[in-house]
Amino acid sequence: MTKEISLEHVWVEFGEFTAVHKANLNIAGGEFFSFLGPSGCGKTTLLRCISGFQEPTRGKVKIGGQDMRGVGPNKRPTALIFQNLALFPLRSVADNIAFPLEVRGVDKKTRRKRADELLELIALPGQGDKKVSELSGGQKQRVAIARALAVEPDILLLDEPLSALDLKLRQHMRTELRAIQKQVGLTFIYITHDQGEALTMSDRIAVMNKGKIEQIGDGKAIYDHPTTSFVASFVGENNVLDGTVLSNDGKVMKIDAGLGTPFTVENHPAGGPALAPGDACHLFVRPEALRLSKDDGAINQFETNFITEEFEGNMRHIVMNASGTDLKLSLINDGTNAIDANTPVKLDFAPEMGIALKPGELASA
Amino acid sequence: MRMKSPTALIPGLYLTLFFAYLFGPLIIMVITAFNSSTFPRVSPWECFTTDWFGKLASDDKLLSGLGNSLLIGVGVVCVAIPIGLAAAITLSQVGPKLRAALYTIFIAPILVPGVVIGLSTLIFWDRIGTLFNAPYESFFYDGTFLTIFGQVTFIAAYSMLVFLSRIQRFDTTLTEAALDMGATPTQAFVKVLLPFMAPAIGSATVLAFLASLENYNTTVFTIVSSSTFTTVLSSKVRYGLDPSISAVAVIIIAITLIGAIIYECRNRYYTKGWAHVIAERPALKIATHPGTVAVILGVLTLAAVLFIQNHDSSVCTAQVLEEKRALQQQLMEQQSINTPQQAVPAPTMPNLGPLGGDEGGASAPSPFGNNIFSPENLGTSAREGN
Repeated sequence: MTKEISLEHVWVEFGEFTAVHKANLNIAGGEFFSFLGPSGCGKTTLLRCISGFQEPTRGKVKIGGQDMRGVGPNKRPTALIFQNLALFPLRSVADNIAFPLEVRGVDKKTRRKRADELLELIALPGQGDKKVSELSGGQKQRVAIARALAVEPDILLLDEPLSALDLKLRQHMRTELRAIQKQVGLTFIYITHDQGEALTMSDRIAVMNKGKIEQIGDGKAIYDHPTTSFVASFVGENNVLDGTVLSNDGKVMKIDAGLGTPFTVENHPAGGPALAPGDACHLFVRPEALRLSKDDGAINQFETNFITEEFEGNMRHIVMNASGTDLKLSLINDGTNAIDANTPVKLDFAPEMGIALKPGELASA
Repeated sequence: MRMKSPTALIPGLYLTLFFAYLFGPLIIMVITAFNSSTFPRVSPWECFTTDWFGKLASDDKLLSGLGNSLLIGVGVVCVAIPIGLAAAITLSQVGPKLRAALYTIFIAPILVPGVVIGLSTLIFWDRIGTLFNAPYESFFYDGTFLTIFGQVTFIAAYSMLVFLSRIQRFDTTLTEAALDMGATPTQAFVKVLLPFMAPAIGSATVLAFLASLENYNTTVFTIVSSSTFTTVLSSKVRYGLDPSISAVAVIIIAITLIGAIIYECRNRYYTKGWAHVIAERPALKIATHPGTVAVILGVLTLAAVLFIQNHDSSVCTAQVLEEKRALQQQLMEQQSINTPQQAVPAPTMPNLGPLGGDEGGASAPSPFGNNIFSPENLGTSAREGN
């Protein structure tokens, strides 16, 4: 059983501070949905609203169409995996997993049987009698998932569960989490500040900043067609130029960014609000969208000087300067992209790769 | 041979002094319990005796006081531990401002002198009793009840401190996790918080019980007409001490030592290293099991009790008594020889009073041998005679 969740105009206020600002969204049953945002953006508060540890100041949280106001966390069809996992240190692995059954009065034998089944599912068979402290980080992670699944929830909530793991394990657990979600078919709501996690695992992502949901969409939409300056600068690397819209015919815009000839940028139906001539704007160009000009006179061409290079093996991350603005440039290390550090270099980008948005708050690097 | 430099000896010297200071009084106390002298002392050594234990066993006042003390101790634990735990949980859940204020209030009874607590408890419950027109036999005037409540006021604060230090290390997300997993708040408390607090509850219980047992300055007021172990002891000090008090000390020290040894054995037995050592040595495994140690200590205790019951020192004590009598005789004869040359014996001798005590006798080199007829001073005079 999976249930859809809807947040209707949810506000959470702590005194003067607004933690969640009119959150409005629907999450379908069986979806892997992520909340992505910097720390302190209100995503954990929103999660606590869904799990029942926090009542919204205003608005409604509905699970399966039912208003959850006044329903305690122990009565909701949700299970939360905490950031620190919150495994009970004094209980064995099996007793941890069987805890939800224990509090429901299930007898010892059935409990043990179910715990063993779940240990099977998380690929830790026969480890039930170990102490929690004897497990590795990844194993604890999986035990926490098993314990949450023992609740037989309709919705599994995950609060940055991978943040304590090292990089390799984190990548491994991403795949594993996604596999478990496919296997059990539950609704997963995932909280993270790591865009890599959000992009690789989620069906849809909500990007949050300062309590507001900035954009909801799948990973590709969020990355390729951000609708606010914050999303454009927070998700992935981005170069930002201040500019002014010269013209907008609905299909393409001409934008003066003070780098010689005006740039031509395509409008996209999924992009942000339309800009009118004379509007100030932020022009975003991803480092991988910038390329070394093959021939003079190409569209969106401008001149830059070499500043520094970071070598990463398969990629070269180069910083160039164009009339006082530093621009990042990522090139594949295939031996064709030599840069002479002493002479000016011409760069360009395709019109569909530029994103012009209303000036707004940028994510701090 | 390498000579140790003098500065290297300082830590050793310090340790020796430290332990001498710590254990010296205890050792002397234990020795006095086996000396037949009627005043607890080590020298002069008269006879090895175990009679003081017998005297202790037949001291009804002390025993009933001890019974009261144990009853009060159990009562105090039962009331103070839940209160202390509740206070600690409250402090861990309220905001920082309220916490500071509450902490000061909760901790105040420790800072208030015990005498004040004792008196105010007495007066408070007396007022309440008067309000209800309760008869004097009612619990408002019952020493045990009043003492439990008087002691709880500050012992609850002690136990709260013990709980606080533990609860500060509690991860509150564990409670949230339990709730999220479907536990009711009661289940979360019983299955998650309480097991975590168990060690602190254990140590707070011991602490509260001991604090109750040894309390004097509050109890002396609240006990009213009844008595506890400490109040009986203090009245003994006032009206004449004998070594049965040392016998009490010996018993308490023995109980503490046995408990500590078993506890330590248990700790060492369950270490990983030792588990490794005994894994393939079943004999050693049985020999070092804390249960075995407890049985051995139990047998030793039983042997000690049997020895104490059956040891007879009457021959020796009779002999010492005879010696004293002879000495007394001798001194009296000496005195009768000296009397004609002396002026009238002064009945106004300053240190002849009933409280003249040993010191008076020992320090005054008067030929009259002050206080010589006081039976309390026989020992001292005998020493001087030698």
